[in-house]
Amino acid sequence: MEKMSRVTTALGGGVLTGRTMHCHLDAPANAISVCRDAAQVVVAGRSIFKIYAIEEEQFVEKLNLRVGRKPSLNLSCADVVWHQMDENLLATAATNGVVVTWNLGRPSRNKQDQLFTEHKRTVNKVCFHPTEAHVLLSGSQDGFMKCFDLRRKDSVSTFSGQSESVRDVQFSIRDYFTFASTFENGNVQLWDIRRPDRCERMFTAHNGPVFCCDWHPEDRGWLATGGRDKMVKVWDMTTHRAKEMHCVQTIASVARVKWRPECRHHLATCSMMVDHNIYVWDVRRPFVPAAMFEEHRDVTTGIAWRHPHDPSFLLSGSKDSSLCQHLFRDASQPVERANPEGLCYGLFGDLAFAAKESLVAAESGRKPYTGDRRHPIFFKRKLDPAEPFAGLASSALSVFETEPGGGAMRWFVDTAERYALAGRPLAELCDHNAKVARELGRDQVAQTWTMLRTIYCSPGLLPTANLSHSMGKGGSCGLQLMNSFNLKDMAPGLGSETRLDRSKGDARSDTVLLDSSATLITNEDNEETEGSDVPADYLLGDVEGEDDELYLLDPEHTHPEEPECVLPQEAFPLRHEIVDTPPGPEHLQDKADSPHVSGSEADVASLAPVDSSFSLLSVSHALYDSRLPPDFFSMLVRDMLHFYAEQGDVQMAVSVLIVLGERVRKDIDEQTQEHWYTSYIDLLQRFRLWNVSNEVVKLSTSRAVSCLNQASTTLHVNCSHCKRPMSSRGWVCDRCHRCASMCAVCHHVVKGLFVWCQGCSHGGHLQHIMKWLEGSSHCPAGCGHLCEYS
Amino acid sequence: MRLATAASEAYTTPLAVSELLSCKQWGAGRDQNEELGIRIPRPLGQGPSRFIPEKEILQVGSEDAQMHALFADSFAALGRLDNITLVMVFHPQYLESFLKTQHYLLQMDGPLPLHYRHYIGIMAAARHQCSYLVNLHVNDFLHVGGDPKWLNGLENAPQKLQNLGELNKVLAHRPWLITKEHIEGLLKAEEHSWSLAELVHAVVLLTHYHSLASFTFGCGISPEIHCDGGHTFRPPSVSNYCICDITNGNHTVDEMQVNSTENVSVSDSFFEVEALMEKMRQLQECRDEEEASQEEMASRFEIEKRESMFVFSSDDEEVTPARDVSRHFEDPSYGYKDFSRHGMHVPTFRVQDYCWEDHGYSLVNRLYPDVGQLIDEKFHIAYNLTYNTMAMHKDVDTSMLRRAIWNYIHCMFGIRYDDYDYGEINQLLDRSFKVYIKTVVCTPEKVTKRMYDSFWRQFKHSEKVHVNLLLIEARMQAELLYALRAITRYMT
Repeated sequence: MEKMSRVTTALGGGVLTGRTMHCHLDAPANAISVCRDAAQVVVAGRSIFKIYAIEEEQFVEKLNLRVGRKPSLNLSCADVVWHQMDENLLATAATNGVVVTWNLGRPSRNKQDQLFTEHKRTVNKVCFHPTEAHVLLSGSQDGFMKCFDLRRKDSVSTFSGQSESVRDVQFSIRDYFTFASTFENGNVQLWDIRRPDRCERMFTAHNGPVFCCDWHPEDRGWLATGGRDKMVKVWDMTTHRAKEMHCVQTIASVARVKWRPECRHHLATCSMMVDHNIYVWDVRRPFVPAAMFEEHRDVTTGIAWRHPHDPSFLLSGSKDSSLCQHLFRDASQPVERANPEGLCYGLFGDLAFAAKESLVAAESGRKPYTGDRRHPIFFKRKLDPAEPFAGLASSALSVFETEPGGGAMRWFVDTAERYALAGRPLAELCDHNAKVARELGRDQVAQTWTMLRTIYCSPGLLPTANLSHSMGKGGSCGLQLMNSFNLKDMAPGLGSETRLDRSKGDARSDTVLLDSSATLITNEDNEETEGSDVPADYLLGDVEGEDDELYLLDPEHTHPEEPECVLPQEAFPLRHEIVDTPPGPEHLQDKADSPHVSGSEADVASLAPVDSSFSLLSVSHALYDSRLPPDFFSMLVRDMLHFYAEQGDVQMAVSVLIVLGERVRKDIDEQTQEHWYTSYIDLLQRFRLWNVSNEVVKLSTSRAVSCLNQASTTLHVNCSHCKRPMSSRGWVCDRCHRCASMCAVCHHVVKGLFVWCQGCSHGGHLQHIMKWLEGSSHCPAGCGHLCEYS
Repeated sequence: MRLATAASEAYTTPLAVSELLSCKQWGAGRDQNEELGIRIPRPLGQGPSRFIPEKEILQVGSEDAQMHALFADSFAALGRLDNITLVMVFHPQYLESFLKTQHYLLQMDGPLPLHYRHYIGIMAAARHQCSYLVNLHVNDFLHVGGDPKWLNGLENAPQKLQNLGELNKVLAHRPWLITKEHIEGLLKAEEHSWSLAELVHAVVLLTHYHSLASFTFGCGISPEIHCDGGHTFRPPSVSNYCICDITNGNHTVDEMQVNSTENVSVSDSFFEVEALMEKMRQLQECRDEEEASQEEMASRFEIEKRESMFVFSSDDEEVTPARDVSRHFEDPSYGYKDFSRHGMHVPTFRVQDYCWEDHGYSLVNRLYPDVGQLIDEKFHIAYNLTYNTMAMHKDVDTSMLRRAIWNYIHCMFGIRYDDYDYGEINQLLDRSFKVYIKTVVCTPEKVTKRMYDSFWRQFKHSEKVHVNLLLIEARMQAELLYALRAITRYMT
């Protein structure tokens, strides 16, 4: 770190020269302070109290103030300060609560001048008045601040911080009578030196102790505070209420803060624990330090700018027993190492990236994007000459939009909202989802659903069909399934789409009939696949009582079905829903629009594996009657899921995974599943599909995923009367002992869902309000407001 | 034992809480169930504490709203209302913070898996042979899916936990010996190494349970009914007053006896309180006038430190730990050793150089977020807790007394406050009190009811519990300071 640079600064008459250097002390330092002439520095610690002269090449020990045979606690210094008017005058704060003043002008070896033993606990800070020669202020752990007149033997006045420990006291540089004090409980107080009875102003600056503060040397009202909460805050004290102007977040608790001379927005900080570096921040740029000094090997305990008008020399003392002079020029600048490039995808396929301005400018000059369909938008910040390190790490931001009106991800949202994932028999789920996919013009996905249904449902169902009908019929039904695949394979597109829809409608009416007659299976008119689900559902819904027989016939296949044999009536709302669903507004979208399967190559590629599964399916069909277990397909299904996931359609992968549940889960390793789940949930949340995402979380079997919605489930409520948070119960306020939310209808406390009118703010139990508004349009509270419930 | 646990867990709380259930009720219940062949456990102890008569302790059902909320929280978090909670509820403000911290340490986000946390709790409690806490956490450990094999002894636990044994031992008995080498050994053990965050979590847990063990013994907490020694299957009619006290050999003293001794010494102890108050007044007044010299102050600390070594109860007999507990720790001979007695020179720990507020907090909060805050609050509440009462006197500023207790404990651990006059301790704390403090903090397993009764005879039980809170928090902070300082030294 010995960069041999040398800085010479002209300051009025005097000239400061020096280089980055350090010297070893005998003991850890607690604090340092600089003499007015910037040529000497005093270092104080538990067992050190020395004055060093700052020479051009090195520090030279000038005076050891720790004299006397026996070490005394009075010399165990927590803080030291050098008077800025009188270069012979020093004051130290001792850990045992004593304030000592030192007069370097004394002829004897012992320079100790006066001893004030008024504080009962450790004195954390001493501070001389900036212009008055005899006024000294001290702040102690016992919660008191004392003002001493050095011409007298005891304190002139005592200021009480209300039993909270004082961590720092600082006289205002501009206001003669004002000083600031900071406290262990996070408060900052402003005092008038003439009024010891109470403070002028008090505010909470930090969470936890405020370790330090510093008045801005030029701006009258600016006070910087640093706290254990790792923050440095700059307050404007001129306004009626202290206003937080800037806030710098550091990585460790802030032990000292010092404004940099001649640089309006710069301040230096060092930390108390863990972090050994000294940072110089530009408060307007709170994320990256402007400069960093890394010389110390242990925490830095004291920092001081060498001269009040020279911004380039910083002195520091540390627990590693060294004293350092840092040159601003030699500081490392983290900003140089910062990477000002960034890239991010938007939800709808927009792309934003930021890069160094120079790079962007050059490139856009070479290659204009104007001809492209995707046009970039440039945001270029206006260069402000006053801005810190302009050009050093500034970057330009460009945004590329996808073609407007494309609505490229519309299908995703629709699919997510409309897919059914659980709560019905597998066959129904597959059919429903196939239908959804088809309506959205995603034929391949629809096919997949249909196939899944065939693979996993038919064998289990056939026997049930046989139960009530002949074996041969079941077989023919299966054959027809295969035919229908071929059909669709041949004629994809809109035509088949509408036909399918129609046939679906037919089948539905059949079902209704069937519920009473139960003869549908024989209905050979059901030429399309969709038709075949009718007997399945019907049977599933109705056959429950005959489970045993199912087991007998084909226990292996019916068993996994069993949990989905839910209450029969569940079939009704389901069907209802399908009837009510209006045909999707977007018809067959051009597939190229979709970012996943874009371009015809992708189309071909995506179809290929499906085709192979088709052929397999037809082969397998011959084996059908010999009871080919669905396990036979599990490898295929697994490949299919992987295929979709790799295509970017993680939605499909997860949906199938959930719908099929145990049937495929074992074939796919946990980590992949978890990865799919988290990707899908992330996507859903980006689209703000909270309900869907929660449902997915709930249905997932991966432990890591299902615990996602178990965290932070607390709902915080404030009382409607006193506006205080209600801690214990959500409906009774501890403070005002009133029930916060009463139902306007039944006049009881609402403990669960509370619904209220946004117009008149009356409300109550959800059910009660719903019921009330069915019969009346006026507010149940009788306020005359015409409430609306939607 | 497991069977009994399972059977009784559901209604442990009402049972343990009270012996309201009279023998008659029990008898009736027994008659019915005897036919079914079910043995019904019966609480052995008399209330949550052996030292405090049950009628002094708050009865469940008579608590105010705040306490009720606390009980509810505690029950929700732990699934039980343990005896510690029932004794601590003398000081609900503290209890709230205590429960919050404990809940966070054991159940909320943290670097260590749940069963590790309970196992570390067991390790720490076993160091003090505190069967109460060990039993409690054995149950919890199994409940969160811990491997029962580990319970056969530390050598059956993973190497990683075995490595922690040394730190546990030193931390519990001679925390001043912790060096950065200890830390380094744990952090650099190849595949068995701890991460810094895990280590801080473990250290906090260890210190928490060391001090909680102090509390358990200091207040004579009775075993929970579902744990070993907490119940009997013997019918109540027989001479059931032989209570097998697992660790201390404390026998419940008859109410009558206590009363009679109290009556005798009432005048004595009355003067005790008066004298204490008088001393406090004097100290308050003449503090500014009489100024001790520097050497005087320094030597006072040394004297107090040295003297604290010799403050020991006369009945210093070895206690053999219960079989169940002993297997959880090795090297039982390693106990609290006084550093000056054995000629060891340990440099005094200066709190001004490394204190909790500035240094410890920052380190903990950095490595184990939020816990620093919680512990900090707990320390604050414990240190500042006061009702401004002393025995029968009201409106007394007890800050001086509390500070003396706090600093005395730190002094025993070699921690020195530059700004404190250790002469005060001698004035304010009498010998029997010192014996009690010393025993609770350093060798809690040796606390007896006699010790508990013999200090501060005129003071209320709630005040004695308050003292215990100070003791355990001061102890925890002392241990934490040493451990965290070692970690800091390792990091720099």
